[in-house]
Amino acid sequence: MNRTSITERTEAWRERVSGWGKRTRMTRRRLLLFLAVIGPGVITSNVDNDAGGISVYSQAGAQFGYMLLWSIIPMTIALYVTEEMCARMGVITGKGLSDLIREEFGFRPTFFLILAGLVVDMGNVAAEFAGVAASSQIFHVSKYISVPIAAIVVWVLVLRGTYRQVEKVFLVACVFYAAYVFSAFLAHPNWLQAAKYTVIPSMHLNAGYLLMLTALVGTTIAPWQFFYMQAAFVEKRVGKKQYPQARADVMIGSISCMVVVFFIIVCTGATLYVHGHRNIVDAGEAAQALVPLAGRWAGLLFAFGLLNASLFAASILPLSTAHVICEGMGFEAGIDHKFQEAPIFYGLYTGMIVVGAAVILIPNAPLEKILILSQVANGIWLPIVLVFMLLLANRRDLMGEFVNSHTFNVVAWVTTVAMIALTLILVYTAIFPVPMPAILSSP
Amino acid sequence: MLHATELLGGEAYDSAGNFVGRVTELFLEPADQPNRVARVLLGRGRYLPLVARHDHIGFVAPGVIKLNVEEKALDYYGPNESWLAVGKDLLDQQIIDTSGRKVVRVNDIDLEEQRTDGTVELRVTQVDVGLTGAARRLLQGLASPGLIRRLQHKLPTRVIRWEFVNLIEPDPLRRVKLRITNQQLARMHPADLADIMEELSTAERQGIIASLDEETAAEALAELDKRFTKEIVETMTPEKAADIIEEMDPDQAADVLADLAPETSQEVLEEMPGNEARDVRALLQFEGDTAGGMMNTEFVYVGETARRDEVVNWIRSRDVNLESLDSVFLVNGEARFAGVVAVGRLLLADPEQQMVELKSDPLVSVRPDANEKEVFDLFDKYNLRSLSVLDENSRPIGSIAVDDVITRMHQER
Repeated sequence: MNRTSITERTEAWRERVSGWGKRTRMTRRRLLLFLAVIGPGVITSNVDNDAGGISVYSQAGAQFGYMLLWSIIPMTIALYVTEEMCARMGVITGKGLSDLIREEFGFRPTFFLILAGLVVDMGNVAAEFAGVAASSQIFHVSKYISVPIAAIVVWVLVLRGTYRQVEKVFLVACVFYAAYVFSAFLAHPNWLQAAKYTVIPSMHLNAGYLLMLTALVGTTIAPWQFFYMQAAFVEKRVGKKQYPQARADVMIGSISCMVVVFFIIVCTGATLYVHGHRNIVDAGEAAQALVPLAGRWAGLLFAFGLLNASLFAASILPLSTAHVICEGMGFEAGIDHKFQEAPIFYGLYTGMIVVGAAVILIPNAPLEKILILSQVANGIWLPIVLVFMLLLANRRDLMGEFVNSHTFNVVAWVTTVAMIALTLILVYTAIFPVPMPAILSSP
Repeated sequence: MLHATELLGGEAYDSAGNFVGRVTELFLEPADQPNRVARVLLGRGRYLPLVARHDHIGFVAPGVIKLNVEEKALDYYGPNESWLAVGKDLLDQQIIDTSGRKVVRVNDIDLEEQRTDGTVELRVTQVDVGLTGAARRLLQGLASPGLIRRLQHKLPTRVIRWEFVNLIEPDPLRRVKLRITNQQLARMHPADLADIMEELSTAERQGIIASLDEETAAEALAELDKRFTKEIVETMTPEKAADIIEEMDPDQAADVLADLAPETSQEVLEEMPGNEARDVRALLQFEGDTAGGMMNTEFVYVGETARRDEVVNWIRSRDVNLESLDSVFLVNGEARFAGVVAVGRLLLADPEQQMVELKSDPLVSVRPDANEKEVFDLFDKYNLRSLSVLDENSRPIGSIAVDDVITRMHQER
């Protein structure tokens, strides 16, 4: 007996059951094509709406009502343009941003960039735990209980899960941002007016307004998100052929992120601004102030959104930072390794969570100062990262035909220069507070 | 011992003691000698850079090179693809450590001086991938050399000997010029090789697959994460893909092809020899998560009345993969499934014994449309090594091996 007779029989068998397997396989493939790629863009953009971000958006709405809504459309474009560059670099080169910077610009620039990143991200992690503390107080839970629990949850989630499981949890967290949509509806805003202010820019040349605008832009585009997103696309093994899906993912991400911003501003604008409750310090205070104005549910939903956002960002930030540092410096990295194989990676990851949570637990910790400082640090770090990104995305030897197009470069450089100018203002005013109804110095 | 970091940026003087320029790059010429620094590039600001040959070098110390010729004896620099640049091609780049079987990033290059009458040859001995190299790169030119050296002694060293360094070069022409053979990679276990490839970028992965022989490439591809396999096969010509895929077991080949676009997998199948293509086509009909999708159509089966000796001789005469052969299937006179004989029993059996006497109990088999769960349960319950898949006439059409089961259970987690 030989193999041919067997295969003949298999062939005959195949004819009889003609293709039940094949058909299901094909439809499933098409469906999965997009779903397989979606994730990094949506997650990154939404994490962007972290504790610090939500505080600034609430302040923007409380202090200026709908007057800053017009900035959402240009910010969406800026966010998309900058994020798309990273997505493209990740997909085309298959390397993370810190890897590319190391290979093309050498050891020393990478080292200092990464060191700055560690400091900045440390501040951001503390800010996220501050968000946890603020939101839990609205649910009448002491921060001495909520913050340690949050730290443990975050630590276990990431260390116990694989990338795919963790990503699913994160995608669910993205859905919870809908809390702000409900909360905005409960605030009964004047939708017509909100729509008008969104399309028609209203410029006011007073210091407070400009400062708020700067803070808004500065908090929307955070430097660490580029490292995270590029690494996520690389880790997800998204290839050249899936680039259109990756781009769609980034676009959906940046739009959904800004939609959430819109609803937060509308929510606080329709309530706090209208009732003259204009000087709030952070998102927690905004949530508390919402209760008497828009009802208990609006406030609770607002606080829930803040808790979700803080936890979400607190899980991603330390992970991303540890990755960036270890990859750039050549240490073993990634949650697929055991502790013994990658001690520096796990050490950094754990250390950031512990320090971030501990700072918040210090009695009378200056929470809003931490928020502000972390944003200032972001602002200083951002232009440097953007310039590196632009230089890399224009390298034909790395990107081939996927190098930045001319129009794209114009948009990207304008964004970069605008970001640099705006963040310089932000940094300046944070160091030398403007004697106006300044939103960034404590009232 | 010297380090590339200490030499790059150093000053070069000619035999008359005149300053010539700064060392901007060190070149190896692997086609000539694998580890010797063959050329030193001397940058001179706005003047054209010069190149010193290895026999022009008379003295080397950290930060200084003294030549044994005058400046006018040096040539102007012209780029050469067959030179390996220490600064550009090695420092900060990823390499494969073939002894430690992983991908690492180069922090520094360690060099050894060899003095022969009047010249000093520099030979690359090892690459530094640890903290010592990192500290040097960071502090070079900022702190005093003495301080750097003292600090270095306190840090743990992580170095890889030059023989075990495998460069990653995606460009096939350059790979030939630099004599990168990837022979050491071919000697690695395919699973280790697959792990290494997963750490690299798309172009680098393709470069490695292209440089391996077809059999090794097939083994590595079969071990690789499915998404990479797909990406690599899709960028190959159908002929090349077919050459590699026909080296795989039919079930592995079917798994690879099932993930491709239907047109692509059709093209590849057309390039494959008739027998192999038919086997794979047959397997492609089954849903991936059924017994049919898991089975391999290459298995050994004999008549139940055959004697042990006949069977052993028959196996010997065939091209059977002995690494994975753990059971022989039995069929009766009507070609229906009649049992399984473990190879261990075959080994110790009397030459004249009939196969039917050696078969294991109980008679376990599965239909091709059984789902994964049923297959796993059977393996677990009866502690199977392999399981035969039968059509509705009880005729064997394939077999599922325990390693496929483990792989799938692992993926499900």
